Amino acid sequence: MSQIYISRSNAVAARELGGEMMIMSATDSTLFSLNETATIIWQAADGKTPLTEIVELRICREFDVEPEEAYRDAEELVQELARLGILMLSDQPVSNAQLEVMQRA
Amino acid sequence: MSELNQKALQRGVPLSIHLDVTYRCNERCEHCYLDHDGDGEMNTGEIKNLLDQLAAAGAFFLTISGGEPLIRPDCFEIIEYARQLRFNVKLKTNAILIRERQAKRLRELDVEQVQISVYSHRAEVHDGISKVPGSLKRTIAGIRFLKSHGLKVTIANVLMKGNLQDAEGVRQLAFEVGAHYTLDPTITPMMNGDPSLLRLRISSDSLRTVFQNSDLVGNVAEFCAPPPPVGEDALEGYPCSAGHTACYVSPRGEVYPCVQFPITCGNVREQEFFEIWQNSPQLQEVRGIRGKHLTTCSSCNHLGTCTRCPGLAYMEGNMRGPSTADCEKSFVRTGIVSAGMLAAAKTSPSALIQIRPYAG
Repeated sequence: MSQIYISRSNAVAARELGGEMMIMSATDSTLFSLNETATIIWQAADGKTPLTEIVELRICREFDVEPEEAYRDAEELVQELARLGILMLSDQPVSNAQLEVMQRA
Repeated sequence: MSELNQKALQRGVPLSIHLDVTYRCNERCEHCYLDHDGDGEMNTGEIKNLLDQLAAAGAFFLTISGGEPLIRPDCFEIIEYARQLRFNVKLKTNAILIRERQAKRLRELDVEQVQISVYSHRAEVHDGISKVPGSLKRTIAGIRFLKSHGLKVTIANVLMKGNLQDAEGVRQLAFEVGAHYTLDPTITPMMNGDPSLLRLRISSDSLRTVFQNSDLVGNVAEFCAPPPPVGEDALEGYPCSAGHTACYVSPRGEVYPCVQFPITCGNVREQEFFEIWQNSPQLQEVRGIRGKHLTTCSSCNHLGTCTRCPGLAYMEGNMRGPSTADCEKSFVRTGIVSAGMLAAAKTSPSALIQIRPYAG
């Protein structure tokens, strides 16, 4: 299974409010609210940590869920967030320079 | 969005911040409520420190304004820093200093929206108000640069006696350049309380004409509908977001509930922002006011629908009292006299001259 690396998009505004992440896209001004687990994944999206590791270390330990189930849900979530332009996905770790290029693409 | 505001209100979060980075300006608009004194402006470091504090306090929506904010050489540095902190940034500017390079940069920084004042589609009127020859031409050029880079632009049309007849022309101009259009007939006193600018306000008859124009207000029947019976929501509710989920910070670091509410609550040069936000006696007083506490307005039919501005009421002498301008708007809009107008008539019978049969 190839790894997924996730990076936060610079094109959005974001702020945590009461444990949930509020995210607004500058392109269409749509406001999204991420729940607690989605917020954890968003905050860990550094482009360098594989999603499997984020799920294992940040989700499974915190919420006592099975890794396989948690990963399936997380993968579905990041695909959706990528579709909305909130996250960017890569199959390899992303350097800061590469991230800069991706942000401008 | 209302859910977000409600959540912020429950948690005491200053969700929306209006930050004037300077009072200096390259225009001298005749209705402007500010002085143009640059003395004591926060420097770049102070503003960045403030932005750090605002982000930590949970602020999300940041309006950067002035004066003319782009007059500051560090304005883009400030915007960039705000975006790094993931604020949703809206810029208010006259666009005179926006050319290709600036528009491109604002797009790169993902500024959410740029709001630009346009007073008329005719240069002689717009430039007459801004007191800068050629300003309309430069402003429109700036708007076109912004639009060419895909930025969302709102043209804000302040209505006053001198440009009233051009509202439709500005609306068409906005349509032509692909900008959103808003109009605002509110002229406020100077921040120091000087009411001389109020002479520029449009008359009740003119306001009525504006409120009956569907191109300007949308659904006229809905906009001018009589107010529904005042319910518990209005009596227990807050007059507006000022001091509850929003506040204003001046270029000198002073904190106010709103840009139109000149009661100083503290200064970020002397205290941490959050300490002011949480503990300022002035902000606590503002927060304590519910609809039922308003001295005259609590018994007014318009309580639930009035645009009453507590800042304007404060400038009239009582933050719990009516705001004359909003009483007038409610009356002109619906034809129903406000409690504030009746109270004024008791002390000054000549005020009744405002009460006329509804023409709509």
